Amino acid sequence: MWRKLFAVSEQDQILNEVTSSEYKYGFFTEIESDKIPPGLNEDIVRLISAKKNEPEWMTKWRLDAYRVWVAMAEPEWANVHYKKPDFQSISYYSAPVKRQINSLDELDPELLKTFEKLGISLNEQKRLSGVAMDIVVDSVSVATTFKKTLAEKGIIFCSMSEAIQEHPELIKKYLGTVVPQTDNFYAALNSAVFTDGSFCYIPKGVRCPMELSTYFRINESGTGQFERTLVVADAGSFVSYLEGCTAPQRDENQLHAAVVELVAMDDAEIKYSTVQNWFPGDAEGKGGVFNFVTKRGICERNAKISWTQVETGSAVTWKYPSCILKGDNSVGEFYSVAVTNHYQQADTGTKMIHLGKNTKSTIVSKGISAGHSHNSYRGLVRMGPRAANARNFSQCDSLLMGDRCGAHTFPYIEVKHPTARMEHEATTSKIGEDQIFYCQQRGLGMEEAIALIVNGYCKDVLNQLPMEFAVEAQKLLAISLEGSVG
Amino acid sequence: MIEIVNLHASVDGQPILKGINLRIDAGEVHAIMGPNGSGKSTLSNVIAGREDYEITQGDILFQGESILERAPEERAHLGLFLSFQYPVEIPGVTVSNFIKTALNESKKARGEEPLDASTMLKKMREKMDLLEMDKGFLSRSLNEGFSGGEKKRNEIFQMAMLEPKLAILDETDSGLDIDALRIVANGVNALRSPENSFMIITHYQRLLDHIIPDHVHVLFQGKIVKSGDKNLALELEERGYDWIKKEQA
Ligand SMILES: Nc1ncnc2c1ncn2[C@@H]1O[C@H](COP(=O)(O)OP(=O)(O)OP(=O)(O)O)[C@@H](O)[C@H]1O
Ligand SMILES: [Mg+2]
Repeated sequence: MWRKLFAVSEQDQILNEVTSSEYKYGFFTEIESDKIPPGLNEDIVRLISAKKNEPEWMTKWRLDAYRVWVAMAEPEWANVHYKKPDFQSISYYSAPVKRQINSLDELDPELLKTFEKLGISLNEQKRLSGVAMDIVVDSVSVATTFKKTLAEKGIIFCSMSEAIQEHPELIKKYLGTVVPQTDNFYAALNSAVFTDGSFCYIPKGVRCPMELSTYFRINESGTGQFERTLVVADAGSFVSYLEGCTAPQRDENQLHAAVVELVAMDDAEIKYSTVQNWFPGDAEGKGGVFNFVTKRGICERNAKISWTQVETGSAVTWKYPSCILKGDNSVGEFYSVAVTNHYQQADTGTKMIHLGKNTKSTIVSKGISAGHSHNSYRGLVRMGPRAANARNFSQCDSLLMGDRCGAHTFPYIEVKHPTARMEHEATTSKIGEDQIFYCQQRGLGMEEAIALIVNGYCKDVLNQLPMEFAVEAQKLLAISLEGSVG
Repeated sequence: MIEIVNLHASVDGQPILKGINLRIDAGEVHAIMGPNGSGKSTLSNVIAGREDYEITQGDILFQGESILERAPEERAHLGLFLSFQYPVEIPGVTVSNFIKTALNESKKARGEEPLDASTMLKKMREKMDLLEMDKGFLSRSLNEGFSGGEKKRNEIFQMAMLEPKLAILDETDSGLDIDALRIVANGVNALRSPENSFMIITHYQRLLDHIIPDHVHVLFQGKIVKSGDKNLALELEERGYDWIKKEQA
């Protein structure tokens, strides 16, 4: 699958190098298990920082966050219902653990079926599920070659832990500037205890030659429960960043509270695409991941940030990728497809904060609800007193499949400048029996028909994704909705 | 090709088809006429396998086998095509993507290889030329914003691509201008062969000027009340349905 994430010839070249010469490298199977006792207090925060060998300023930063967090209450306003996690029963540090599985037979057959449907190769299936392999293109070696190419352009792409050690000046300068420790309950928690994440810096005027994907780094870091991502695009630079993976991610950790911060300096552009497929829980809604994410970007003059997300997973999702359009003429975009099935609940949307003059934002949100699920769009568009000629266009569509699910739209609008303009469109539709019958009459099975109709409905969002990612996202949508009508 | 035997069908307990008997052999063209609400679209939907209808009696044999238990897509794979009286819109799905998917699904079901992209495109071009369609159609959303006539022409385009054994055209001529009517008729005639059959539902003789039917049937209150050759259509054109209704009274 990482093959598909490469697109241009430069990338082919890297591939060649790796596949021809380093084929013999085996999979990394060392089992590390380094856990600290459950619970959270200042000592635990210090311990996490110490385990990661962090400098004093970082420890202090975490402690500040912790002190804010203890005084905060878990938010209640989202349209989701779940049993609140017991924060004192979670273990907040666990070094990347590789579960040793000897063959695919030991895996959940459901998971295997999904892999097959996604068209993931056998080797890839093994890699994703952590099966020990004899022959595999080790993704760490791909990543290394990949890094070399980036380094030539002065691009930094590494784990957050590494960045704290190697690039303290950048981290000190930017970490927490977009999502401060005090921002919200989950962001404060994340700031106190995050174990790892990604850091990316694109120097002035540099166009990153390939899609940057966390996928390359999975082996290095493991997906933490509290991930921290920081992307800084210096003046006039461009980067397209991919997060997540279409393969279903199962995780022992029920609670996930990530923070993503984007900084787009003058004339810079960041395109951030996410395809997330956390385990949503079984058909009864048991065992799924709670995903509480804070994602925000800040745009300086003429800068542009574009969030694209396809969300199909998680039992409960709470997520609002946002843009602060601080600089004049800056542009924010949000394209989202959120699918909920069975008993999933999603409360997602965006915030577009227009501060500068002539700022522009576009919101395209496509919700799809099936089964007994609930899907809410929550969007805030705020146009500040200096935001002369600010423009927003919002389109929030909901598609219902069956009559036991729900779609809800909560648009919040605040306009403080007389020349600012907003345009809001919302539709709710049902997948029509007429449409399905029409497709069936032309030879498509029920499931193919639904997949086709849904993909058509999401086209405006899928078009924003890098080509190969879009193809995978389409398949993913089809799989998520299997068995939802009929 | 198809044999409909004493077919009774109802919607919500309300009988609509009340004992239809009809046999269409390979190579034949049958025209079905009849006043509004007589059950023509119901008959075509039932043949195509729409679920809303309950078959209370009778059978439908397609190439000698009952298809009542078959899903709509399976019937399509067997070579059954229905040109809808009201084709639906599917936003965001392009005409070319839709046809490609449809054609390859049928091929897959028959154990054939899917068409590669260039063969597919060539075939689409060929059929579009035959139907004098603008190539721009291929990249438009299926039926979205199409004019009435464009929708119908798009149905015939799909028929030409899928090359069915039995094509049911439900009022495909309604909404077509005079030129389009001729073009659509040419499309149908191009597909006519000793192996293919057509069931053409229409209210007007003008389509039958171009596609000469072997048999003409009149459906009235859920039954075929009169059958004849092409002259029956001419007679209906002249006299309307009153005399038939009176005969039935
Ligand atoms: N799904 C349905 N629910 C309720 N009534 C239906 C349904 N489908 C058909 N009917 C009724 O069955 C009768 C036959 O309808 P049908 O559409 O088959 O007529 P038709 O011969 O095609 O008419 P037209 O020439 O106007 O197209 C009508 O009275 C119609 O209202
Ligand atoms: Mg009709």
